[in-house]
Parts: sequence; structure tokens; C-alpha cells
Amino acid sequence: MRDAFMETLTALAARDENIFFITADLGFGVVEPFAKRFPKQFLNVGVAEQNMTGVATGLALEGRTVFTYSIGNFPTLRCLEQIRNDACYHNANVKIVASGGGFSYGALGMSHHATEDLGVLRALPGVTIVAPGTAWEAGKATAALAAEQGVGYLRLDKTAAADSAGGIFSLGKARRLREGGDLTLLCAGGILAEALAAAGELKDNGIDCRVLSVHTLKPLDVSEVIGAAVETGGMITVEEGNIYGGLGSAVAEVCMEAGVKPGFFKRMAINDVYSSIVGSQGFLRSRYSLDSEAIVREVFKHAGIAAGPAETDKVRTDSGEAGV
Amino acid sequence: MTSSGGSSHIGSVFSIADILAVLYGSILDVDPENPKWLSRDRFILSKGHAGAGVYAALAESGFFTTKKLSTHYQDGSDLSGHVSHLGIPGVEFSTGSLGHGLPVATGMALAAKLNEAAHRVFTLMSDGECDEGSNWEAVLFAAHHSLDNLVAIIDYNKIQSLAPVSETLGLEPLKDKWTSFGWTVMEVDGHDHERLLDCLSRVPFREGTPNCVIAYTTKGKGVSFMENSVLWHYRTARGEEFDAAMRELEES
Repeated sequence: MRDAFMETLTALAARDENIFFITADLGFGVVEPFAKRFPKQFLNVGVAEQNMTGVATGLALEGRTVFTYSIGNFPTLRCLEQIRNDACYHNANVKIVASGGGFSYGALGMSHHATEDLGVLRALPGVTIVAPGTAWEAGKATAALAAEQGVGYLRLDKTAAADSAGGIFSLGKARRLREGGDLTLLCAGGILAEALAAAGELKDNGIDCRVLSVHTLKPLDVSEVIGAAVETGGMITVEEGNIYGGLGSAVAEVCMEAGVKPGFFKRMAINDVYSSIVGSQGFLRSRYSLDSEAIVREVFKHAGIAAGPAETDKVRTDSGEAGV
Repeated sequence: MTSSGGSSHIGSVFSIADILAVLYGSILDVDPENPKWLSRDRFILSKGHAGAGVYAALAESGFFTTKKLSTHYQDGSDLSGHVSHLGIPGVEFSTGSLGHGLPVATGMALAAKLNEAAHRVFTLMSDGECDEGSNWEAVLFAAHHSLDNLVAIIDYNKIQSLAPVSETLGLEPLKDKWTSFGWTVMEVDGHDHERLLDCLSRVPFREGTPNCVIAYTTKGKGVSFMENSVLWHYRTARGEEFDAAMRELEES
């Protein structure tokens, strides 16, 4: 995803000298070619994310489209108030890029687990929030955010789902990567790969999953979400972040408000804990019951429901298995 | 304006009133007829709690009517207690949380350099605001990038929200701190119009270095019972206090 972002940013910068890229001293081996090729469109501000966001806002208010870059929580939570007061309130063209969503930097420890960014930023008015599921989406999202007025957030995962679908990418428009009527798996971010793998295995068990890449959390594709609730047997949201405020919350909110009750509904997310355990992204997904096997297990629990709408009134209790 | 609104921070406003008068009267190249004129000097009030002073200066400069000032702090008004740009011509940037103005001003100054534009960027900060670490990130940055078109004015009245600066988080030696960070510092009496004008007319103080003005001021300047009083950081003059303050200001 990071490569797709850098490739797209490079192409944008070559076309438009107002494209500006700021890093807070991270991106070794990634940012150098850009810095060398566009010295007047690049800055390393040092390890200073608050100033990075303030400077980016100043540059943006003077006509530039500024991408701020760092990893994990540094370009978001560390400078949240600068994002809110400076960039958002002034509707400045500041595009925040975090490399390493969720457990991307799993082995580095909780400081580097970006697990609340989506929920926290979704609470701010005036931010378009994108968590691409594939490298293709990451590239397209980069260009789309650059073309849009205002603040954007791009969350890049280390791993991504394979993507051969291509087609049209629009901010705020979820992509249907797999058709199916028994239930819908809604995903934000690279964890889409786990959902697609689960859907493949479930198909072998006679269960057809619709899989949505809800790459834009805000604005949410309400009609696609409602469509999934109405047209399929149930919904499971899958995200690599805390359970509060992210995709699961967003989906639940719009369904409730629309008066639509899915056959069943489950938020697969980190169950309101910080991880003191480290490991690869794959290991931590497994540990926190967010990998494809966990998704399959979750679907099996609902298999009776998922098989058809006749049993949709079945009551289900949550065993809270995600807690560690 | 502040009395009818029941607003506070009058001491902070009086502390910078002379600085604002000199900036808007003689230094800033701005056009009330064309507030977004590209070549204007930029001014950011970083100590947003003294926004009433900027609103008054803008109204007196013709950006909007002085009549509008009476809506300050009132229900439904867009003249908020802390300075806000939305709907208010001439306000460059909204602040209120401290430590935001200088980084943004730094970005604007960098943009001017990149664009080879001649305008300057001024920001007016409070002394207590120098506690915020974000400022020191920007202080490092501005010097590293030789932003001599950037002017940080510190309103050094030596009183912050709860107590004197020296008892809260000491700033001394303040001039040495900024100098050692690579800025060129001038010290000035923040109520002496002639000296303020002379000082601010010398920008850039030294080519290739950002400019810092330490303005020695008096909190609550102009009203004897407000001067140098922690109380008047938040207190609003009402009734007899208001009448007495107005008498003193009119006499001076």
C-alpha cells in the first residue's frame, strides 16, 4: 500500500507543483526518491508532529495540497488538536497519511499499534477517512484525496488484499469484491484479505458471503450498508482497530437510524484492550480473533441464520471471545 | 464590548492593545476592501483569548462595522470569545488553544519564501503560551529554514492564568532562549507606540534569521485597578467597575 501511495504521490507531484509532502522524520528507504526528485515539494520537519501539522496547515492555506506522513499514531493522535483546530476548522488541504494501520507494526509494541485512529478521527467534523483494503485502492485514494478540498486521512496497512477487480474508485463508495446473499462481511483496511479468505472457505461449506471493502469510513456508503442489511442474511464488520468508533460503530449507527435490522450483526474488532503482546500482524490478528479462521468460526455460529431469512429472529449471545 | 458580553480576558486585551494599534495602524500591509489580497501581510493572534482586541482593531480598520462588535460573546454571534475567522473578514486564522499560531505562521512564512513573495507573517503570542512545546518545535524549524519574514511578538506581561509567570514556569532568560535557537531578538516597551513602530519597521532584524520581539507589557494596561493583577485575566468589568475603567481610559 505504501508503495502505491508513493507512486501515486510522485505522479501527482510531477503534474502539479502545489503537491507538497512532509514527513516527521520517518520513511527511511521510502521517501528519498521523492525528496531527491522534488526538493521544492518535500520537507522533513524532524520529529515534531504538532509543528508538522501546523506548518502543513500554513502551507495549505497558502495554496498547497500538503500530505503529512508518519507511522502509526504519530501523525494523528500525537497532533490531534492541530488536526482539529488548524486543519479541519480552516478546511485546509491537509492530507494525513499514517503508514502502519492496526497491527502493521505488531512487533514494535502498543505505542506503534494504530488501533484507535479511525474511531478518534471519525469523531472530527470535516475529515474524509480512508482505510484502503488493497494497494490499488491506496493509490486511487491518494489521488482522490488530493483532488478533494479539505482534510483527508489515509491509513496504510502493511499488508493488503489482492485486487484484480479494478474498476471505478470513488471516495464514499464501498466496493463489492464478492457477491453473496447469505451474509455480508464489511471490511475497512488490509484486513479485507482475511475476509476474502474466509469467504472462500465458507463457500466450500455452502455459505455465500458478500464482501465489501468499505475503504471510506467517512462519508460512509450508507446505501451499500443498508443494502447489505436488507438483502443478505446478516452482517459482520471486520476491522483492525478498537471496537468503539470505527467501522462497526458506523455501520450500526446507520442501520439503527434507518430502522433496518440485519438478520444478525457482529462487530469483529479489538475488544477494548491494548495489546502488551507483540508479534507479526498475522499473529496478532489470530491472537485477537480477527483472522480468517476467526471470521469463519463467527459465521458458523450464525450458520442457521445465514442460511436463510426464515430464522432471523433467533437471539444470540456474545461470548466476548475477542478479549485477551 | 467585553462588558456587555460578560467576557473575560480584558487584562490580556489591554496588554496587547498598543501592539495591535501599531500593527494595524502602521505596520501591516492589509486592505479592508480586499481582505484576501494575496500580497497582504499575515497576522495571527496566537493568544486567541484576546480576540476582542483583534475584532476591535479590524473594525476600526474598516474590515467590518464597529456596531458588530456589540455582538461579541452574545448568543448566535460569530465574534467568539477566542478569535475565529469564519464569517469575519480580516481574521487570518482562528486560535484559542495555545501553541497553534506559531507553527501555522511558520508554514505561511515558508510558503511565502517558496513563492518568492515579499509579504511578512506576524504572530502575537502570550508569555504563558511559551510553556507549550509545539512552539519550540516551530522555533527550531523557523531558524533552520531561515524564515526572516516571520515575526513572533511575545506579550511579556509576566502574568499568566493563575499566577505570575516566574512562579508558574519560569521563562527567563527569555531573550537568551530565543537567541540561542537562532532568532534575532529585539526587546521593546510594548506600550510605547514610537518604539514599537521603530522596532517593527526594522523587520527583518537580520537577514536569514526569524524575528522575535519581546514586548514588555502591563496586564490590564490603562486601568489602575486592573494593572498587573492576576484577577483581571478572567474578570469582567461590570457596573461601577466598568464606569471607573471607562473614566480612566478616556482620561488617558
